[in-house]
Amino acid sequence: MTANSHTHHEPSYLEVKPRKGIWNWLLSTDHKRIGLLYLYSILIFFAVGALLGLSMKLELIAPGETIMGAQTYNGFFTLHGIIMIFLIVIPGLPAVFGNFFLPLMIGADDVAFPKLNLLSWYIYILGALIAISSQFMGSGPPDTGWTFYAPYSFQTNTNMLPAVTGAFVLGFSSILTGLNFIVTMHRMRAPGMNWMKMPLFPWTLYGTAWIQILATPIVGITLLMIVAERLFQIGFFDPALGGDPILYQHLFWIYSHPAVYIMILPAMGAISEVIPVFARKTIFGYKALIISTMAIAFVGYFVWGHHMFTSGMSGEALVSFSLLTFLVAIPSAIKVFNWISTIYKGAIHLEPPFYWALSFIFVFMIGGLSGLVLGSLATNVHVHDTNFVVAHFHYIVFGGTGFAFMAALHYWFPKIWGRMYDKAWANIGWLTFFIGFNALYFPMFYLGIIGMPRRYYDYLPEYHGPNILSSLGAIVMIAGLLIIITNLVRSTKSGEKAEADPWNGKTLEWKTTSPPPLENFDKQPVVDKGPYEY
Amino acid sequence: MSKDDQHITSYKTISLVLLGLLFFTFLTVAITRVELGPYNTSAAMIIAGLKAALVLVYFMHLKFDQKVFGIMVIFVLLVFLAVIVVTFFDYLYR
Repeated sequence: MTANSHTHHEPSYLEVKPRKGIWNWLLSTDHKRIGLLYLYSILIFFAVGALLGLSMKLELIAPGETIMGAQTYNGFFTLHGIIMIFLIVIPGLPAVFGNFFLPLMIGADDVAFPKLNLLSWYIYILGALIAISSQFMGSGPPDTGWTFYAPYSFQTNTNMLPAVTGAFVLGFSSILTGLNFIVTMHRMRAPGMNWMKMPLFPWTLYGTAWIQILATPIVGITLLMIVAERLFQIGFFDPALGGDPILYQHLFWIYSHPAVYIMILPAMGAISEVIPVFARKTIFGYKALIISTMAIAFVGYFVWGHHMFTSGMSGEALVSFSLLTFLVAIPSAIKVFNWISTIYKGAIHLEPPFYWALSFIFVFMIGGLSGLVLGSLATNVHVHDTNFVVAHFHYIVFGGTGFAFMAALHYWFPKIWGRMYDKAWANIGWLTFFIGFNALYFPMFYLGIIGMPRRYYDYLPEYHGPNILSSLGAIVMIAGLLIIITNLVRSTKSGEKAEADPWNGKTLEWKTTSPPPLENFDKQPVVDKGPYEY
Repeated sequence: MSKDDQHITSYKTISLVLLGLLFFTFLTVAITRVELGPYNTSAAMIIAGLKAALVLVYFMHLKFDQKVFGIMVIFVLLVFLAVIVVTFFDYLYR
C-alpha cells in the first residue's frame, strides 16, 4: 500500500483542542476520541464487573455462606452478566478499536456519520446508567441472570424493568454503530481499495455490523414485550396469562446467540491483523478468512436453539439446531488453521501483542472444542446448567474476546497514544493473567462434569478442591490485570515516543504519524496492493 | 449517486403513494369488522407488508437507487424468513 510520508508536522488528534477541558472529549465528533471515550467507559464498567466476579469467586472459596448470602449472590451474577455482556463485550472491540481504526485502515478521515457516532456513545452511557440504576432502586437488584428468562422474570419482585430498559436502550447504540460502519465501508474506502484489498479487521466489523442491525431489534422488541407483560398483563410468555415461556427463549437467543458473534468476529479480525505482522508474512488464505467471517455471521444466525436443548423444544428442532451448531464450527476452524499456517515458517517476532494472539488461539480452541460437547444433544443434557457451561462461555467470551482485546490494545497502543509501553512488564502481566485465567476457569469444566450446578452461592463439600483452585486463579488473574493496566496507563504519559510504524505493519494506519493527526492523513492514501504483502 | 443525479420524485407519485397508504390504513380498520377467524392476523400482516413495501420503494427511494440496496433489503427479508422457518421447526413438531 502507498500513502503519504510521515514527515509532516500536523498536530496529533490529542493536541487539537478547540474547546475547554473535558468538552474536547464530550463534544468531539472525531472517531478517534469517540473510540477512546468508549475505551475509558468500558474500563470503568469492567472494573465493576470484575469486582463482582471476584466477589463471587471469594464466596465460592469454601462451602456455605462466606462473604455473601444467596440473594446477594443472585444479584451479583445478574449484574456481572449484564455489565460484562451488554456494556463490555458487545460494544468492546467494534466500539473501541472499530471506531478508532476502521477509518484509518480504509484510508478515510472519519466514519460516515460522525455526529451519529457521538450520539451512539451518549445512548450507550444512558443505557448503562439505567441498567446499573436497577441495583440501587426500590425493590432490590434483579436476580434473574443476564438472560431474564420467563416466567421468573415476570414473577420476581426485584427491579426487572430498569435492567431490561437499560438493555433495550443499549441496543440502539449498537444498531447505530453498525449502521455507521456499513455506510463507512461502502462509501469511504481509499481510492484503489476494492473489497478484496480491504484489511481483515474492517471485514469482520462489516460482518458484525450486519448482525448488529439485523439481530438487535429482535431483543429490543422482546424486552419491550416483557415490559408490556409486566405492566399490562399481556400474555406473551407467562403460561399463567396464556403465553409460552419457550417463545421468550427463542426470541432472546435469536439475538443473543448472534451477539456472541458480535463479540467474537471483531476479535478474530484483530488477531488476523496481529499474526501476519509478527510472523512478517502475508496472511495465509485472505479470501478464506473473509468467506469464513461472512459464513460465521450468517450461519451464526441459525444456531440459537442450542441454548435451549433442555427447554422442551420438539425433537426435530433439537436435531436441526444441533446440526447447524456443528456447521458453524467449520468456518471457525478454517480461521484457526489459517492463522497457524500464517505463522508456519514465518519470521516470528515475540512481542507482547503476539503472545496475546497466540494465547487467544489456545484458549479459543479450548472454548470452541468444549462448545462441541454442548452442541451435541446427549452430552448437553449431562452438562446443561452446570459449571461446564460457565467455563465454556468464559473461555469463548473472556478468553476469545478478552484476549483479542488485549492483543489489539497492545498492538495499537503506540498508534493511539504515540508512546510505547514497557514490554517486559507487558509480558509479565500477560503471563500472570494467562496462568490466572486458566486456573480460574479450567477447574470449572471438571466441576461441571461431576455435577456442580451454576448460579448457586453454596455447594456440596466434594466440590471444594477445584473451587479453591478456581478462586485462587481469580486472584492471580486480577493481579495480572493490575500489572497490565498499571503498565499501560503509566506508559500513556511516560512511555518512549513511538515511531509511525513500530511493528513493521503494512496496513494503512501505520502509514500516518503516531498518534495520527485529526483528519488521519495529510494526503488521501492510494492503495495499489493487498493489505498484508510482506 | 452524486447530489446532481439524485432522483426527484414527482408530487403526483408522492400523492398517489400517500393515497395508497391511507387506503390501506382504512382497509386495516375495515377488515377487523369481517370475521376471518385465524386469518385475521394474516390479513393485517399482509396489508402492513404492502404499506411497508410502498414506503420502502417510493419514500425511501429503493426503486430509484442502486440495485445493491434492493438486494440488501431482500437479503434481510430472506434472513428474517429463515429465522421464522427455523423457529417453526419447534412449534410445528412440538
